[in-house]
Amino acid sequence: MAEGIKDKAAIIGMGCIKFGENWKQSAADMVIDAVYETYEDAGIEPKDIEAAWIGTTQGGVRGTQLAVPLKLEYIPISRLENACATGTDAFRNACYAVAAGVYDIALAVGVEKIKDTGFSGLETSYARHTAQGTWLDPEVFVGMPAQFALAATRYFYRYGLSYEEGKRTLAKISVKSHHNGTLSPKAHLHREITLEQAINAPMVAWPLGLFDCCGVSDGATAAIVTRPDLAQKFRDDYILVKGLGITCGASQAELQDDYDFTHFEETVTAARLAYQEAGIKEPRKEIDLASVHDCFSITELINYEDLGFSSAGRGKDDVDAGTFTLEGELPVNTDGGLKCFGHPVGASGLRMIYEIYNQLQGNAGARQLKNPKIGLTHNLGGLPGRFTCAVTILGR
Amino acid sequence: MAIGITSYGAYVPFHRLGSGTNGWVSPREKAVANYDEDSITMAVAATINCLDGFPPQGVDALYLASTTPPYKEKTNATIVGVGADLPSEINTMDFSDSLRAGTNALKAAIDAVRGGSANQVLIAASDMRVPQPRSEMELTSGDGAASLLIGNSKVAVEIEDSYSMSHEMLDDWRADGDVFIRSWEDRFIMEEGYLKILPQAISKLIDKHSLSPKDLTKVIFYAPAPRRHAEMARKLGFDLKTQVQDPLFTTIGNTGAAFALMMLVAALEEAKPGDRILFANYGNGADAFLFRVTEEIEAIKNRRGIRAYLESKKILPDYETYAVWRGLIDKAPPVRRPAFRTPSPAAMQREVGKNLRFHGTKCKRCGYPQYPPQRICTRCHAKDEFEDYRFSDKKAKIFTYTMDGLAPTLDPPMVVTVINFDGGGRTFSIMTDRDVDKLEIGMPVEMTFRKFYTSEGIHNYFWKCMPVRG
Repeated sequence: MAEGIKDKAAIIGMGCIKFGENWKQSAADMVIDAVYETYEDAGIEPKDIEAAWIGTTQGGVRGTQLAVPLKLEYIPISRLENACATGTDAFRNACYAVAAGVYDIALAVGVEKIKDTGFSGLETSYARHTAQGTWLDPEVFVGMPAQFALAATRYFYRYGLSYEEGKRTLAKISVKSHHNGTLSPKAHLHREITLEQAINAPMVAWPLGLFDCCGVSDGATAAIVTRPDLAQKFRDDYILVKGLGITCGASQAELQDDYDFTHFEETVTAARLAYQEAGIKEPRKEIDLASVHDCFSITELINYEDLGFSSAGRGKDDVDAGTFTLEGELPVNTDGGLKCFGHPVGASGLRMIYEIYNQLQGNAGARQLKNPKIGLTHNLGGLPGRFTCAVTILGR
Repeated sequence: MAIGITSYGAYVPFHRLGSGTNGWVSPREKAVANYDEDSITMAVAATINCLDGFPPQGVDALYLASTTPPYKEKTNATIVGVGADLPSEINTMDFSDSLRAGTNALKAAIDAVRGGSANQVLIAASDMRVPQPRSEMELTSGDGAASLLIGNSKVAVEIEDSYSMSHEMLDDWRADGDVFIRSWEDRFIMEEGYLKILPQAISKLIDKHSLSPKDLTKVIFYAPAPRRHAEMARKLGFDLKTQVQDPLFTTIGNTGAAFALMMLVAALEEAKPGDRILFANYGNGADAFLFRVTEEIEAIKNRRGIRAYLESKKILPDYETYAVWRGLIDKAPPVRRPAFRTPSPAAMQREVGKNLRFHGTKCKRCGYPQYPPQRICTRCHAKDEFEDYRFSDKKAKIFTYTMDGLAPTLDPPMVVTVINFDGGGRTFSIMTDRDVDKLEIGMPVEMTFRKFYTSEGIHNYFWKCMPVRG
């Protein structure tokens, strides 16, 4: 019987650059800055790194994109892509490697240089990674805001929310995240917004408006992991990995006429795997904070329900009650989330882990929560029915 | 053995320029194809309309007639063939370059059936000519398609005889590389061309059968413009009110190679057994046909034809929208988006069934239909136990939808839907020919063959959904 990852890997250092429209920095520049901050945080030398994983979706190919800028010489490095879960999956591979005892110290890096493409938002598709020669595929012709707007339309319909009620609920989520972003120095966006601003913003993909969409940014984040028995040599406040769940959809949204578009089974199943590993039975009570995938406000609302924080269709009640604010029962996206950091795809998963790491260590500055012990990260990448979802549980 | 028309069909685009269109000056209305339509897509719609109740497997040949085939070198009819889900063991031909292409194809179809090389020939005439902005032609032209099934069994309209003549002159022409049609002086081309040649051909045919105008129930003939149509009726001695088929100038416009055949379809929708019909077309010569309507006509009247399509329409709010759709104005997109990638002909060929026939698979074990085609069943996981399943003829209902303001489309916002098919299965689908104010979950839709985009001269066709028409 497999034992799972609980307490078999520990984070001893992390680094994160300021996310934003980093016109003056190449992907390599961002990687160097994030990784050297990580070395310093962990108190190790570059030569101590035995193996590495680099996660990027739109960046270069091969592990050499880490070896070349960092001058990591002749060590095993893999490049990894798994949509919005890319950074978390790089982290997961590094954790498994140290837990297996193959290496003592491993590096996981996530990076994305989005703003060089010249397009607002992501390019329409992940087509460059697939062999879809006729390009007649929803992954190509349906943009990201539209993919999630399909869920919003159906969610409003199924749970009887009027357009106004639905928009107001989503706006509250964005207002909350924008507030948290003002307390987060490394976030891209640092400004409060009002409910009316969010509700009345220009439409992007109906019913989602501008403030229902996350920012678009460049960024890089890194983590160094080791086994817990070795971690104590580096620091006392290392952070333990409690659970790592990843699942992939098999096109159910597209093929199965009863797929509902009001919940995402990838999240439910990835959370189940992670909760099982971590021994979590009542997520709402046992989890102290969460960084969830808020590419769009509707995604965050559905995540509350799929992760077991709210019951199905009742996310609105918890939003209205302030459950997920910094002062609430279960603060979500305490650093401002994708909403304020933007979504440099490969970097986002590790950026979420970075927030949990800081909060659990008590280093989260103005947004520090009171004595959190268990944190969750969640990434949802791709399109309904074809998501990769990653759920990570971290603890002290 | 009687030979003739065994079925008919037509297609009129959803959009119109007319009163209410800002910047449109004509008192008449005309049908204009959407930005995602062309002669091939309209021909697919007309042939599907024509084959209503007729199995595609029975068709032996497909002739496509158009002066605006999207490909100048490469068969266009083969695309119509797969769009209409005809078998591949058929003879496909393109008839082009002439306003008479539609009746050229009709003549060839009759000869093929008469000669015994085919039992059923499907013809489709379709045109989307782009008139020069603010030209006389812009006021009288329109877009549309017609289709006829020619056969030797259960003939609804028997072809009694036909007469064709050739006539070399330059009246209207478009040379290779020309964008717009050029014309010589109106008086010359009417006096020496249309008003002279068409009556000659008609006289030859009716004189041969010792017929006079009063012996004919209905006469249907091509005309370049409304005034010329009335003039021709007078010249031929037919009663404009009772005998002459309405030329559709006030509702559709002159649809080029499809025009005469569309008028014929409109006439057949009203025809009764025993009617004798004279049908004539013009273009560097003339074709004239003598038809007799049989009892079988009643059996094929249940289809959506010109009449139903005319009632299902939307007036464009402004001329600019039309000009953008035709590429006459290169309007900046709402946001900068990446260019479409050029499709791979190897992948296109591999995916003809999926993309152009819109075939999915139905699991033989659990019976669930799925699109796109699968090898492992999404429900029961059976491997390679499927039969082909045609989705293009299935109606569906909107499960959810959005209006995407970022998507690259000439008809923003791009409506993206998830639709559930009657009989099972679903797909993501872009919606076309829609009114964004009338979208709702549960709305009934049907599938329509459209041009997705063009890149490096490759037209990438695909199916979209649209609100059910007519």
